[in-house]
Amino acid sequence: MPIFGTALLALCTVLGVALGEALGVALHVKANVGGVGLAMLLLLAARHWLAQRGRLTPGLRLGVEFWAFLYIPIVVAMAAQQNVRAALSGGPMVLLAGGLAVATCFALVALLGRMTRGHD
Amino acid sequence: MTDIWGKLVTDQALILAFVAVGAIMYAAVLLSRGLTRGRIHASAIAILGALVLAWLGGELTGGKKGLADVSGFGGLLLLGGAMLRDFAIVATAFEVDVGEARKAGWAGAIALALGTVVPFALGVGIAWCFGYRDAVSLTTLGAGTVTYIVGPVTGAALGASSPVIALSIATGVFKAVLVMTATPFVARFIGLNNPRSAMLFGGLMGTVSGVSGGLAATDERLVPYGALTATFHTGIGCLVCPSLLFLAVRALV
Repeated sequence: MPIFGTALLALCTVLGVALGEALGVALHVKANVGGVGLAMLLLLAARHWLAQRGRLTPGLRLGVEFWAFLYIPIVVAMAAQQNVRAALSGGPMVLLAGGLAVATCFALVALLGRMTRGHD
Repeated sequence: MTDIWGKLVTDQALILAFVAVGAIMYAAVLLSRGLTRGRIHASAIAILGALVLAWLGGELTGGKKGLADVSGFGGLLLLGGAMLRDFAIVATAFEVDVGEARKAGWAGAIALALGTVVPFALGVGIAWCFGYRDAVSLTTLGAGTVTYIVGPVTGAALGASSPVIALSIATGVFKAVLVMTATPFVARFIGLNNPRSAMLFGGLMGTVSGVSGGLAATDERLVPYGALTATFHTGIGCLVCPSLLFLAVRALV
């Protein structure tokens, strides 16, 4: 049943976020440390476990994949609520700092990508 | 008439948001096919269009939540909020190739470290050029260049002034908006077309909204790999900016 997939996804998300919060408290940080990443690893482990036992039914998959398909619309909704006006009206310092940081990081993606290609 | 609309706005907010986002996506698909013959991804046009609408919403209402401040669009806050966004990102992991993710291991960690220190240093340098001289303001503005969450968290921890915190948030939001819009156009030139480079990209860019939006507009299949590293970025930034990096800045000024 699809609800089992959605419930599994929800369980992994909640556990991951809780672990991220705990990690934040342990490190004395006022933020969630890698909660979503940990949740993703939990979901991967759960999929592997279910697949080994032949319990990865099409219904269960549907319950997870529906939410993966909704991802882009959710990102569009996220974009629509950004404070774009403030971002653009922050003055030259904001535009310069943001623009330079993004340009430099784009260049680093290309550089690191080339440097690490040989190690595959 | 206005009574019915008022009732819909309060009772059906999330449902109205589904309609609004569906309409934006549909318009984007038509534009992508009609104007660019599918060369520019419909998701890229939809995200860009949503940002323009967010700007318009801000201009119309003077609010801080873009289109969501306009009557009838409040449901966007729930649909596009952190809760459902994270839920959907985790769902994308279902299709992750574990072998591919493992390959990027060390490079991903290096990308995370560089993605924190390099934007921070640039932010501090530019703030210095604009006349800021005290370590607290410099660190807060540098932290805002990491992500728009690291900025205010650092500023609050160090006791920075409110205008400086606002500027650090603005820098982070601008960075996220820029990553969302520019990524599909530069992807070809920086080799962003495989899971490994997507993980490097996530670590270097950091901002989860920017990374997830930018990758969604470039190639949906890369989203989970970028999100996997980006999700550690804000936490690491909040860890080192008010501590290690603040001490470094204080030693320098």
